[in-house]
Order: sequence, then C-alpha cells, then structure tokens
Amino acid sequence: MSDQQKSSPKIVLVGNPNVGKSVVFNALTGAYTTVSNYPGTSVEVSRGHCHIADRRYEILDTPGMYSMMPITEEERVARKILLTEDPHAVVHVIDARNLERMLPMTLQLIEAGLPVILVVNIMDEARRLGMQLDLDLLQKNLGIPVIGAVMKRKTGLDELRQAISDYAMVPYKPFVYAHDLEQDIDKIIGLIHGDYRLSRRATSILLIQKDDDIHDLVSEKETASDHQKLLEVTREISFRRRADLHLQISLERRKVCKQMLKDVVTRTVEATEPFTEKLSRWMMNPLTGAPILLLVVYFGLYKFVGGFGAGTLVDFFEGNLFDNYINPPVVNFLENYLTAEWLFELVAGEYGLWTLGIRYAVALVLPIVGTFFLVFSLLEDTGYFPRLALLVDRLFKKIGLSGRAVIPIVLGFGCDTMATLVTRTLETKRERIIATMLLALAIPCSAQLGVILGLLSAAPNALIVWTVFLVLLFLLIGFLAARVLPGENPVFYMEIPPLRRPQLRNVMVKTLTRMQSYFVEILPLFLFASVILWAGKMTGMLDNVINVFSPLVKALGLPVEVTTAFVFGFFRRDFGAAGLYDLQTSGLLTVTQLTVAAVTLTLFVPCVAQFLVMIKERGIKIAAIIFVFVTVMAFSSGWFLNKFLMATGLLA
Amino acid sequence: MERLSEKAEEILESLWVMTVEGDNVGCLLTSLKVTRDSEELVELIQRSYVEIRGDRVCLRKEGRPEAQMTVRRHRLAERLTMDILGIAGDEGNEQACEFEHLLRQGVDVKLCTLLNHPTTCPHGNPIPPGECCIDARQQGEPGIVALTELKSGESGEIAYLAASDDKKMQKLMSMGVLPGSQLLLVQKFPSYIFKVGQSQFAVDDMLAREIHIRRPVK
Repeated sequence: MSDQQKSSPKIVLVGNPNVGKSVVFNALTGAYTTVSNYPGTSVEVSRGHCHIADRRYEILDTPGMYSMMPITEEERVARKILLTEDPHAVVHVIDARNLERMLPMTLQLIEAGLPVILVVNIMDEARRLGMQLDLDLLQKNLGIPVIGAVMKRKTGLDELRQAISDYAMVPYKPFVYAHDLEQDIDKIIGLIHGDYRLSRRATSILLIQKDDDIHDLVSEKETASDHQKLLEVTREISFRRRADLHLQISLERRKVCKQMLKDVVTRTVEATEPFTEKLSRWMMNPLTGAPILLLVVYFGLYKFVGGFGAGTLVDFFEGNLFDNYINPPVVNFLENYLTAEWLFELVAGEYGLWTLGIRYAVALVLPIVGTFFLVFSLLEDTGYFPRLALLVDRLFKKIGLSGRAVIPIVLGFGCDTMATLVTRTLETKRERIIATMLLALAIPCSAQLGVILGLLSAAPNALIVWTVFLVLLFLLIGFLAARVLPGENPVFYMEIPPLRRPQLRNVMVKTLTRMQSYFVEILPLFLFASVILWAGKMTGMLDNVINVFSPLVKALGLPVEVTTAFVFGFFRRDFGAAGLYDLQTSGLLTVTQLTVAAVTLTLFVPCVAQFLVMIKERGIKIAAIIFVFVTVMAFSSGWFLNKFLMATGLLA
Repeated sequence: MERLSEKAEEILESLWVMTVEGDNVGCLLTSLKVTRDSEELVELIQRSYVEIRGDRVCLRKEGRPEAQMTVRRHRLAERLTMDILGIAGDEGNEQACEFEHLLRQGVDVKLCTLLNHPTTCPHGNPIPPGECCIDARQQGEPGIVALTELKSGESGEIAYLAASDDKKMQKLMSMGVLPGSQLLLVQKFPSYIFKVGQSQFAVDDMLAREIHIRRPVK
C-alpha cells in the first residue's frame, strides 16, 4: 500500500481531436504543451502534474481518439494508455456542439469499467448556435460526473478539480444492446477468465470486432486451451456477423445515446452564418482557395520568414549585434587567454565552437526558424491546414500521398527533422515512406531556404530555375515512387474543424515550444559539428574527405572550394548553404555554378539530426536506402542541370 | 413468339447504340460481321425489326422497343457484374455479356429493383428506363444514390455505407457518419465536403462512392 501512496494517482485525458483536451491539460497543470487545431499533430503523450487539496496528481494528455477501437497510430497510442495505466480518473473531453456524435465514446469508456468524468467543453459556442444543454439530467442518465466548461476561459476548471478530488468509482449499470448482440457478448464473457484492465464486457466486444491488440492480450492472459476455445467462438461470431457487425454496434450505441440525450439538448434559433463560415468556404473552393494559398505563401513565407526573419532579423543579430558588439570583445578576450593555438582554433577559429556553433545557431538559424514556426503555429491555430489538405488531396494522390500529408510537407519547410517525426500520423507505411523520402530529398528546411533565397535573390533567373527544378523533381520522384512502391493509394478523409480566430496565447505557446525543442535539439549538434570539423581540420582529415568528394564536385562543373560546403551540409543543411554564401560573396561562383550548387545542396543528404530521426521512425534499412538514393539523386540532378544549363546557355 | 437468339440480340444492341444513341444511319453489314443470309439477321427481318437498305442494316420502328430493352438488360448486367460482384475491366465486360441473356421474364425487373433503378451503366451510358423504373418514379420512391451523385447543397439521409474497406468505414462511423443521420453535401471538388450535425468532413471520391444517401421525397 505504501507504494501506492508514493506514486501519485494518474488522471488520463481522452477525447476526439479538436475538443480542447490540451487546453484542459494546460489549465490543470499550468504547463505548456502544444495545443493544436489540426487533427493529429500531438502524437507524443504529454505528462504534467497538479495539486488538488494537497494531493499530487499526475496528468496524461493523450492523442485524439474517436473510439475504443483504434484505427490510426495516434489512437493506438491513446488506447494503449487506457490498457496499461491504472488511472484514478479518466477525463473524457467532448465538444458541446457535437454532443450526440461524441457521446458514443463516453459510453464505451463507461462500458470498459473506467472511472470516467465527462467534461462538456466549448459550451459558449454551443449556446451561440442556439443549443441549451441540461447537464444535470445527462449526469443522472449516465451515472457519472458531468461538467460543463469553457476551458479556454477556465470556466468549469474548479468544478473539474473538485470532481477529480471527490471521485469515487461507482459500479455502473451496463447499457443494454439488442438481444441477439447481448447473447453473443455473454457467450464471450463466459469464456474469459484472465484479469484485464478493461471490463470483460468491453474486452468481449473488442474481441468480436477483431481488435488485434486485444487478441494478442487475450492470447497472453488465457491458458492455451481457454484461448483456443475463445478463438473458435469469436471466429464463429465474427463470421456470422461479418456483414454488419461494426454497423450494428455503432447503431446500438447511438440508440443508447439518443435515450441518454432525451430532453438534454433543446435547440432554439439557428444562428446566422458568421463571417468565418464564409471565409472557410472560400478556403475550400479551389477558385478562391488557390489565391488564398498564394497570399499565405507570399506574405507568410516570402515576406515574413524570408524578408523579415532571414533579412531584417538576421542582419540585426549577425551583422549588428554579433559583429559589432559581441564578437570583438569575445575574440579579444579569447586571444588574450587561449594562448594554445589548437584551443583558440577550437573555440574561436574558422570552425570553432563559438564562431561556427553558437553564432550560427543563435544569429543565423534561430531568427529564420522562429519566424517560420510563428507563421506555422498561427495557421495551425486557425484551422487552415485541414482546408489546405482537402484542396491538395487530388494532386497528392498522384504522388502516392493523401491530403493528410500536407502537414509534414509544409512543416518540412520549417524543419525537416520535425516533419519526419510527424509523418507517423500518416496512415499507411507506404505513405510514410514516400513522405519521408520527399522530405529528405526535395523539401529545403527554413534555415537552408533562408540562406538559399538570400544567395539566389541577386539573380532572379537562378531563383526561378531553382524553384522550377525542385518542384518538378518533387512531383516526378513522388509520381515514380507511387508507381514503384507496392500497396494501394491512401484513402482521404478528414474532419474539418470550424475556423477560429487564432488565440494569441496558443500561438505563442506553440511557437515557443517548437523553438525550444528545435534549439535543444540543434545546439548540441552545432557544437558537435564544430568539434568534428575542428578535429578534421587539425588532423588534416577534413582535407582528405574533401579530396574524396572533389572529383564529384568537379564533375558538376563547380570549383573545388564548394566541396567544403557539401561536407558541411551533412552536419546541418544550412551550414552548407551558408558556406556557399561565403563563396558567392567572395565572387568565386558564376550564376550557373551557383544555381547548380544550390540545387545539389538542397537535394543533398539530410542533416545528421534528420537522418537519425529517419532511422528511428523508418528503421535503419529504409533510412539507409533513402540516404543512398538521395545522395545519388542530388549529384546526378546537379550533373544533369549543369549540362542542361551549359547547353542551353539559360543563365549565361 | 419464340425468344430471339443471342446473336440477334447483339445485333439489336449494336444498332441501338450506333443509330439511336449515335448519329449513324444504319450499320454496315460488315461492321456487324453478318451477311445478308446470316441466320440471326433473317430472324430479325422476319419479325420486321430491321431492314436492309443497300449494304446497311437499319432498325425499324417495330424493332425499337426490343432493341431498347436489350440495351437495358446489357447495362443492368454491367452494373451487376461490376458494382455488385466487383468484376472489373474486360473480365467484367465479358461476364456482363453472358449475364444479359439470362435477364428475361421478369428477372431484369427484379435486378433493376435490387439495384434501385440505376440510370447509367458503369461506363456512364444511360440505361433506358423500364416499366419498374417509371412506376417507382411515379410512386415518388426516394432514390438511394452514392454521395458522388448528389449536387452541392443537396441533402439527404445516410442510407448505408458500402463496406469495401472495413477500417475506413469504422472510422466514418466512429466520427458519427452513420445510417439515419442527415447529411448536407457542401462541395464536390476537389474533395467531397459534407456536414453531419454540426461537424464538417472531407472525403475523397473513393470514399464518397461508398456513402449512400436516400434522397428526400419530392
């Protein structure tokens, strides 16, 4: 028992995407997790804690789930928590506007014998739509605590805290389904002997529905003979009900929900169509949606990230702050105290920790990535991405992806490493592989993009060639991958959440969380890269590596000096681009060479961090294949482009 | 009267497609791959369904109803083999050609009712309405159609979800897209966007084809 007291009781938050789960989490814990208006961006489980009446509770925020029977990876993650943890309470958060649609999952949670507290969130919007809810009646009908809330304004938070600390599990009375279904469920219940987290009734229903995880669980917990018997009976039932089992269960649950909701919801007037509805329709209509997308790209990416972030901010940090105020005293100080040459080189030399590591990370990369994340978080919070997803779905189908993949791809323009992580929200393995590959090959991250845009902006034609070439290659490789990889095209379906005015706090929290994780992730790598390069320079190894690569680089018609940029490119994509920048300012490259170098570098291998994430997400084999493919593609494309530009004299 | 031979039916079908639906004046004997004294042609001439003018075979007024029904049976058979039995491509076409000759003596009516009086074949050609279709329309029977057939702004009740992909159907169901719910189609291109209750969903045409809607009685 003492063990029990030491570890704090757990509170698990569950619910559909977009119902404000993360807002509840933040309100309870005061901590920052990313609050998202895009179905499926929080794949990881966030943990925090809070104190209620002097007792410490651990809070777990799960990815969105629609039902107890998981279909996507996120749902599997969420359900796994319910299968393994022993929570003090499970807080089911639902959207008041869609009570009828979300209540079936509440039923499933209750049915599973979990200690459920229901939070009916977004009450204010429901009221605006003319809905009146009698939650006391609902509480009576369901037999569990029900709390009305507007969590973004913390309305209902005290009641929730009270309900958590008062919570005592009461035995529930099962909801009764159609007689024939009940008979089959009973048959299975009679055959289960093991001890399960979920109630036997819920376990039985999931078994009949052929839930793989539950089947595995049962095969572990039951004796061989019991399991065999169980298998036979479930197979018989599943087969007999093959035509409409899932449908029948869904309909039965809805019938129960209708009873539960009788007299709970009353509607008065239908509200008039607000402006957001109109804007939403414009975004979804291709005729108006395409110009809106162009506006977003032009103002959001080109003007704000490219112009303000990569221009104004970088000039200020790098050109002004570092060059004029920070670097001179620092270098001066180091020159006086670091007398050993190797030590000075390590810290403040050409590839030094200070010069290359910290200065690049803080002054060059952070402003660009930061502004990108700000735009991304702003768009995410409004609910623009699902609308973009449905707009590009047809095009993405051609390259073997569904509209859903628009998120990792767009995020890739910020940070390919983060985007590779997010590919796990895609549904099929095939889709995940294609997206991972396209990210590694043709999507430049914002740091790289910032430098390359700066590099090429002097020669607008070069910028056009670079853009057109990358877009064509992106489509071509995607198109070929969709043909070559086995498996079927993904099916697209997505809930379109209502457009909403972005909440300043949400946007800031999202941006800061992303910037923070980016910074925590990159700074060590920048330093690591500096040390490697320093060691390489000191031992002469760097020259050897550069010598190995230089024939390749020469074959592309580029000066040997570019090799350094390519080798750097592996440590951080933007290192390479920044290296090119130095070469260009010293006038070593022609416009054609610059374009070829920029294209090759953009395509060239992902940075160390992205490669590591690729291994983690896709496995070493696929990651290695993609790595080799991308390298070969980068150099052969560079070679081809060089020949093409020389032959046509397009940029001469 | 005795039943027409299968070969004679094929000729009527070709004549209908080429001269009634198309704008040809009769069909060349050679393109029908028959000669003047082919058994099947003689059969049709005896019933005055067709006549020969020069080197062309023409459909006569007397032959039109029979030709129309033959085409109807063929296209219903296509619906059966391709939609219900799921046989695609050439195989589907071949099977449909076999099936159509079995659809007589009321079997076509039963099939048509089962398929809910379809108006087009899988290739998009019109299926001439039979008496059963006309009756059904007069009784104001609400048609059940795939979501793809609805116009933007049209609404109806979800009749059933065709279950070719179990997981996807479950997903739709768990999101609340369930038979009996009212659905409003908002937009058809580039994706299908519809509203159920207060929620909006987007699906691609693959999935939209599997959601079947009962149109309200007019």
